[in-house]
Amino acid sequence: MSRNTEVFVIGGGPAGLSAAHVAAKLGAKTLLVDDSARVGGQLIKQTHRFFGSSNRDAGIRGVTIAEKLQQDIEEVSDRLTVLENTAAVGFYHNKEAGILSQKAYERVTYQAAIVCTGATENSLAFDNNDLPGIYGAGGVQTLMNVHGIRPGQKILMVGSGNIGLIVSYQLIQAGVEVVGVVEGMPTIGGYLVHASKIRRLGVPIYTSHTILKALGSDGVTGAMLSRVDEKFQPVPNTELEIKCDCICLAVGLTPLIDLFQQAQCRMVHVGELGGLVPLHDSAMRTTNPDIFVAGDASGIEEATTAILAGRIAGARAYETIHGKSPQAEAIVAEAREELRTLRSGSTGERIRWGRERVLKEVGEC
Amino acid sequence: MLKNDGIISPEELSPVVPPADRLARGPVAIIECLQDIPCDPCVSACPVKAIKMKEGITDRPLLEFDTCTGCGLCIPKCPGLAIFVVNMKHTPGMATVSMSYEQLPVPEKGQEVTALDRSGKDVGKVKVVRVVNPPGYDHTAVITIEVPADQVNNIRAIRV
Repeated sequence: MSRNTEVFVIGGGPAGLSAAHVAAKLGAKTLLVDDSARVGGQLIKQTHRFFGSSNRDAGIRGVTIAEKLQQDIEEVSDRLTVLENTAAVGFYHNKEAGILSQKAYERVTYQAAIVCTGATENSLAFDNNDLPGIYGAGGVQTLMNVHGIRPGQKILMVGSGNIGLIVSYQLIQAGVEVVGVVEGMPTIGGYLVHASKIRRLGVPIYTSHTILKALGSDGVTGAMLSRVDEKFQPVPNTELEIKCDCICLAVGLTPLIDLFQQAQCRMVHVGELGGLVPLHDSAMRTTNPDIFVAGDASGIEEATTAILAGRIAGARAYETIHGKSPQAEAIVAEAREELRTLRSGSTGERIRWGRERVLKEVGEC
Repeated sequence: MLKNDGIISPEELSPVVPPADRLARGPVAIIECLQDIPCDPCVSACPVKAIKMKEGITDRPLLEFDTCTGCGLCIPKCPGLAIFVVNMKHTPGMATVSMSYEQLPVPEKGQEVTALDRSGKDVGKVKVVRVVNPPGYDHTAVITIEVPADQVNNIRAIRV
């Protein structure tokens, strides 16, 4: 069987839902596929209130943002088809892709594709890191906030970025004791208000520390920590044993980029964006002119910026097929301005630097 | 220091604490948001426009202490749970602290709970004097506790 669409969106997280909504609303026949049972991406696990501008979703919870995006796509259901439990498994030549559901493999022909595959969690090398009871933070959130399952009773968090801090707070809300947050850097990585929030509930934050090994044989019974020097080397005789039955790794994300490589998009390694990303211009178009990118797959950031980049990609993909449109231009102008303000200031410095590098490189090729 | 351990030091805190004469006049907010992060819901939450951001969304909120009425509407709107309202004019020797609370069970008015400082240390039992938890607050209750006046800038959380 095969399907024909104008805009083909891969991934139903904040970027993909926003891209599909804009493309369909402007008038493009759109197909969105997502490999999970329910669209919404990581937003469906985010029970905390979002930061950002009150003009766009700040102060409301991630789960509520997911519901809003789901309502948005229902509004354009005459032009937008959504297939859940369906993975995009490959790009071929001649604007063809393959999708796989539990029932069938199908071919999709499209005129423009927007790839919003998000990211994958990083792991960390330490002794015994394959013991049962060691999870990625996203896995912990899925168990806890999607399925209502506590991952353990006493948990150690590794990583003090926003994900580590936020998931620690959610664990406390779920009745799990968080015995500490371990951070290799001398300073806390995430927003300090998130750190203060768990600190005042009694969670110690071990900056300049690393995890040497997980303790236990059939499962986690504890962790051995050590102080690290400025070169991140363990300092002898500073070992610290902490009892816990679970270790949660929140040590960053890497863009999920296999499909771009298959579509022969040129890739560039930008550390500030989380690793290899497809080169793309300010329209979110990759070096393969039929393929756009938005969200964490274009560089690790967060949901609000993913929504805005998704709107830009959706509008530009529409224009690729139907020609210039004032409505599309207005959507892009508004999203660009919002992105500019969200990325301003000292906390946006790394992202600005990384994005400037991508734009510079794409200009040169 | 805040960036090393998550605990705001007295020196870091002092710029956001209202002067003594303002504190003596009654309820006023303390916005413990000391980092340039892209976030602004507090600005639109304030009915008297006492919260300003000079440089746009990534600036720190600046509270005009004399304009603030201490109404507390900003408390549940802060995604960082970083806004507190203190009332030094409660009863002689006692003050109140109002804060966001997002755990279960939500305490009831009159209930005794454990007060915690910024490091999570138990600093004694305190009484809940007010609980505001309407549907519009979307599961962020605002709890007001009665504390000894000298603890008003030390107590920042409760354990039920």
